Amino acid sequence: MPKLTVDGIEVEIEPGATVLQACEQAGSEIPRFCYHERLSIAGNCRMCLVEMEKAPKPIASCAMPAADGMNIFTNTALVKKAREGVMEFLLINHPLDCPICDQGGECDLQDQAMAYGGDRTRYAENKRAVEDKYMGPLVATVMTRCIQCTRCVRFITEVAGVTDLGLIGRGEDVEITTYLEQSMRSELSGNVIDLCPVGALTSKPYAFTARSWELNKTESVDVMDAVGSSIRVDSRGREVMRILPRLNEDVNEEWISDKTRFIWDGLRTQRLDTPYVRKDGKLHAATWAEAFAAIADKIKATKPERIGAIAGDLACAESMKALKDLMAALGSPNLDCRQDGAKIGYGPREGYLFNTTIAGIEDADAILLIGTNPRWEASLVNTRIRKRFVRGGVSIGAVGPHVDLTYDVDWLGAGPQTLSEIADGTHAFAKVLRGAKRPMLIVGMGALTREDGAAVLAAAAHIARDMGLAVAASGEQEEGWNGFNVLHTAAARVAGLDLGFMPGPKGRDVAGMIAGAEAGDMDVLYLLGADELPTSDLGKAFVIYQGSHGDQGAHRADVILPGAAYTEKSAIWVNTEGRVQLGERAIFPPGEAREDWTIVRALSDVLGLSLPYKNLTELRSVMRAAAPELGTVDYAPGGDNVSSVTWANIGIPGALSDAPFEYAVKNFYFTNPIARASKTMAECSALCLTGDVKPQAAE
Amino acid sequence: MLADKDRIFTNLYGLQDWRLEAAKARGAWNGTADIIRMGPEWIVEQVKASGLRGRGGAGFPTGLKWSFMPKEIGERPHYLVVNADESEPGTCKDREIMRHDPHLFIEGCLVASAAMRAHTCYIYVRGEYIAERNRLQAAIDEAYADGLVGPKACGTDWDFDIIVHHGAGAYICGEETALLESLEGKKGQPRLKPPFPANVGLYGAPTTVNNVESIAVAPTIIRRGAVWFAGLGRPNNAGTKLFCISGHVNRPCNVEEEMSIPLRTLIDTHAGGVRGGWDNLKAVIPGGSSVPVIPKEICDNVLMDFDALKEVQSGLGTAAVIVMDKSTDMIKAIARLSYFYRHESCGQCTPCREGTGWMWRVMERMVRGEAELSEIDTLLEVSYQIEGHTICALGDAAAWPVQGLIRHFRPEIEERINSYRKSRPVPVSTAAE
Amino acid sequence: MSVRRMAKEQPENFAFTLENLEVAKQRIAKYPAGKAQSAVIPLMWLAQKQNDGWVSEPAMRYLADLLDMALIRVYEVATFYTMFNLKPVGKFHVQLCGTTPCWLRGADALKNVCDKVIGPKGQTSEDGLFTWSEVECLGACVNAPMVQINDDYFEDLNAKSFEEILSHLRDGRQPKLGSARGRTSSEPEGDPTSLTEPGLYDPAVAAVPVTFTPTPAPESGEK
Repeated sequence: MPKLTVDGIEVEIEPGATVLQACEQAGSEIPRFCYHERLSIAGNCRMCLVEMEKAPKPIASCAMPAADGMNIFTNTALVKKAREGVMEFLLINHPLDCPICDQGGECDLQDQAMAYGGDRTRYAENKRAVEDKYMGPLVATVMTRCIQCTRCVRFITEVAGVTDLGLIGRGEDVEITTYLEQSMRSELSGNVIDLCPVGALTSKPYAFTARSWELNKTESVDVMDAVGSSIRVDSRGREVMRILPRLNEDVNEEWISDKTRFIWDGLRTQRLDTPYVRKDGKLHAATWAEAFAAIADKIKATKPERIGAIAGDLACAESMKALKDLMAALGSPNLDCRQDGAKIGYGPREGYLFNTTIAGIEDADAILLIGTNPRWEASLVNTRIRKRFVRGGVSIGAVGPHVDLTYDVDWLGAGPQTLSEIADGTHAFAKVLRGAKRPMLIVGMGALTREDGAAVLAAAAHIARDMGLAVAASGEQEEGWNGFNVLHTAAARVAGLDLGFMPGPKGRDVAGMIAGAEAGDMDVLYLLGADELPTSDLGKAFVIYQGSHGDQGAHRADVILPGAAYTEKSAIWVNTEGRVQLGERAIFPPGEAREDWTIVRALSDVLGLSLPYKNLTELRSVMRAAAPELGTVDYAPGGDNVSSVTWANIGIPGALSDAPFEYAVKNFYFTNPIARASKTMAECSALCLTGDVKPQAAE
Repeated sequence: MLADKDRIFTNLYGLQDWRLEAAKARGAWNGTADIIRMGPEWIVEQVKASGLRGRGGAGFPTGLKWSFMPKEIGERPHYLVVNADESEPGTCKDREIMRHDPHLFIEGCLVASAAMRAHTCYIYVRGEYIAERNRLQAAIDEAYADGLVGPKACGTDWDFDIIVHHGAGAYICGEETALLESLEGKKGQPRLKPPFPANVGLYGAPTTVNNVESIAVAPTIIRRGAVWFAGLGRPNNAGTKLFCISGHVNRPCNVEEEMSIPLRTLIDTHAGGVRGGWDNLKAVIPGGSSVPVIPKEICDNVLMDFDALKEVQSGLGTAAVIVMDKSTDMIKAIARLSYFYRHESCGQCTPCREGTGWMWRVMERMVRGEAELSEIDTLLEVSYQIEGHTICALGDAAAWPVQGLIRHFRPEIEERINSYRKSRPVPVSTAAE
Repeated sequence: MSVRRMAKEQPENFAFTLENLEVAKQRIAKYPAGKAQSAVIPLMWLAQKQNDGWVSEPAMRYLADLLDMALIRVYEVATFYTMFNLKPVGKFHVQLCGTTPCWLRGADALKNVCDKVIGPKGQTSEDGLFTWSEVECLGACVNAPMVQINDDYFEDLNAKSFEEILSHLRDGRQPKLGSARGRTSSEPEGDPTSLTEPGLYDPAVAAVPVTFTPTPAPESGEK
């Protein structure tokens, strides 16, 4: 490895590293604005200038490849003067509006001006004013503050994969804009707010609501999809003020989707903040005791097999565990966590996980998408596929209707017919998979929620087994490679499957429960945050709805038990990779609402079936005993057990329908009750920001 | 004075026919096939031995530049790109080559391409030179029809295509990497170096970018021998050179002269002398707007070559001699150049984007005298804050004229400021309470 | 540079004429496969020519489609290069060089003519014939001062000769291109100072056949 010195300190660097990286390695912090390790190198801000021995002038360290024998100096008078000069240039046309700038307190320019800025200006001319640009409902602009670093342009072009932003004009009149000030058409657009080193691009919904230093920062996990992005929830008092990404190389790197970022206004509206009981056809506010009494009366009068429970997409592991235990205590086998009716959860755990892992996508050299639109189902999985695509040397094929995924895809066919051809080796893409070193496939919920979902899953497993998608660890390969992946859309799903929140012997699944309710064979349905159901088809069943938002489930309910949203409880979430993550409570639930597992626990007392845990710690230890995979936090199994997977036990081979696949997510901005309560999401949806989404009014 | 027989561009003024037959009669396309058959190394060696330095402004040895190209054609094709984006204020020599001696130039493209193993040559002509690019295209069409270029150019086994491309008004596209960006259909924003074009150039392929004049002189140099060319001018400053003499002279003109000719001789012999006589001279910008101005005292004796002008803290640049007589408002002359650089800054990197505008605004005030004396030093410092800190050389080019002005004409600026003050009532400051 | 914006009023659409489309195809063919974007400047220029001297918004869309480019990239190009007019201009677009070499030789006098005859800079004259702009060095410095009107250079001007050119244009007459002082191009006025040697253009002298014979590796010290 090349060796060089930085301020006399010798460092060994990775081949291909830049001087800036070498300096960081040597412990010298290099100021920068345009440089960002996940974007291409622009070298335009000139803040990172350092001195290189024998070079006649200072060099931009971000753009200079580090080479053996270089002697770099970062603290000489020349360097100091160069940086001060650049800083002065950046400031001459930058407005002095820090007191009213939302970036204040977390502004790179502010921070670095403390180190390199003068205490007065030598610029006696008028400052430049730049017209603000409309970029959509999410990103506010104050373009006079822009320092033209082009991070936003590079992000949108390179990472988000849409060519919506550009730097127009020339010289001191260059301006960042979208074409004719249209909205950015990306589900990742909010990330430019984080990337902007100044206050030119800020959050529109958050504008002027808080100062960064007055916010409580809670590290947590996102539940808008099954990716489980690492987030930081910034709150003040009882309100979430904003949500930011947290660095997690394994999951979301440092990006989050717009839904994850801007969902927070949905946490404030349509909230269930007190129990309700239906009397004479109308819901009336009630006390917890009244609500529990109403439930107890009904349940005690009902046979266990006529009681059912369905867990929704935002249910935490703890609440599902408690509800499952309660159902067991009641003696009911009717429970299910697959609202959408996905034909998964039987057989080995690998049969319902994203085994390649999200980071593992970067190692794949052939990718087959089956009935999935990852852009809407799991934006950051899609981002990772694009990242892999941009590097080159990967073949991506897809079975399903044509959509824009931001990278080149070979559209192989619309439905299972094509899948069969690949599985039996007659399709050209079978050869691609066979010829690949690290092939992977991704099955989406759109393919698994169909009548023939189990057969589709079996076909996918067949491909995985026969076409080299499963490679055991060996001398050549340190870790096993499992190219079989199920892409979930619900944050609750994998935990639900791990906990066995599934029909017991002779138990009914979701479809069975609904049909039973409609036919009058089911008398009580306990909906744990389940809103994506045909709630008007539940006949005369007595519906208990426990959840955070007044959505479909609550409207149909006979008793409402107000629960906590994901930002209001400490809870375990398992993402599509099987990665167990801990979400932390940022604020308290509103009004009478309570953390969900405590509601179930309290109800169990009223029913005289007290569950055997009194606090979260006890519940979690019971849970881990029942499902040991929930014990290891922040870990995805990946290809660990690839050699012992019994592929034949994944899915049920059978006839495949001719109907083309449909994708699971119809409207990216409305996938759950919180999103449907968010005005921001409604605005995004109405603007058709995403090419495939049709305008649709909030319900 | 250079003898006519040693002049390369014998139709510089378009007094003769530019067409192929006439060009051939003047010596173009003479023995070209032979030259190509001698092979790339030999050609490069001849050009190196001639001492030819790039005629576009930077003066980098041409043969050496050619030798940076890979010695074998790998997966990527090689390109020769000719920089005909002549936009340096004061400079108008490539225009004459393209419209009056296009065949010498086209022949040069072929020879240079063969030397760097490029089958394709793009010529990037500035957008405003519409007649010139049409003329050039017509000459290229003649050359194709005659088999001089195209498949098996000149009957050798070298296939060669030559394509005229044009810009649309951007001085910065004369910077070689900005030119490549522009040729790829993007904004003309210079690239970061390394990598250099010889490794990663046009479309990511090995590319050499040369000025029109550097390319056009190559065949004649080889025909007449490197020794001939090297024998003209002082050592390290070899050959003949096209000079553009503009401004306050009696007979502005372009002329091909020997390198190292005394500036005064150049002006007196070819441009009819300074308006009002040599003693009426105030200053000269000797190499296009980017090089620092030199006052009469230096002009009296300085030689027109790279080294002599460097010694007097200026440069030969493109050899565009802008002459200013005593009537000239030096501050305004340079302020207009500051306006030019602000107008032409691409806006990519901070020091140039912000600094050129700053300098121009201060210069405009100084033209009126509406400034503090201390601002002269501030202006100088700002120019040093730009110089050497930018991605490309435009930052330096913007800084140098201002530095040259302050270096040689500081008293004039001070005088302007002082007299502005005298002409105004003294502001009476109201005491703070 | 100043901030450049598209015209508020835009035509409905734009398409190349069949003839120009043919030119466009030939232009695209000059670049390697997949590098059609290289043609954007020449084709935008062609579009401007076809569209009475300015690039309309529909033309940008058209070019983006034709060249398979993102719209914003086309827009960037249109706003970066100053020869692209984003708003309508007069029938004759007078581009007056104001850079130092022309200024030294009287560009200000030409500006006064423009102010007087055409009107304020950047505005089209009432008869729709003229728009004048000050541009940067047009590369004809030894023929200063000069202007470019549409495609043509007019050099060695003074107020009088320039005014004459404008009035010719107004009257629909073609003014003489190039030097207004009778120079062929950039030679010194009056007696030539070079290229006068008798026999210089005798092919027997100027084009004596030369040949080269390959020799084993040339000595590097050849001087």
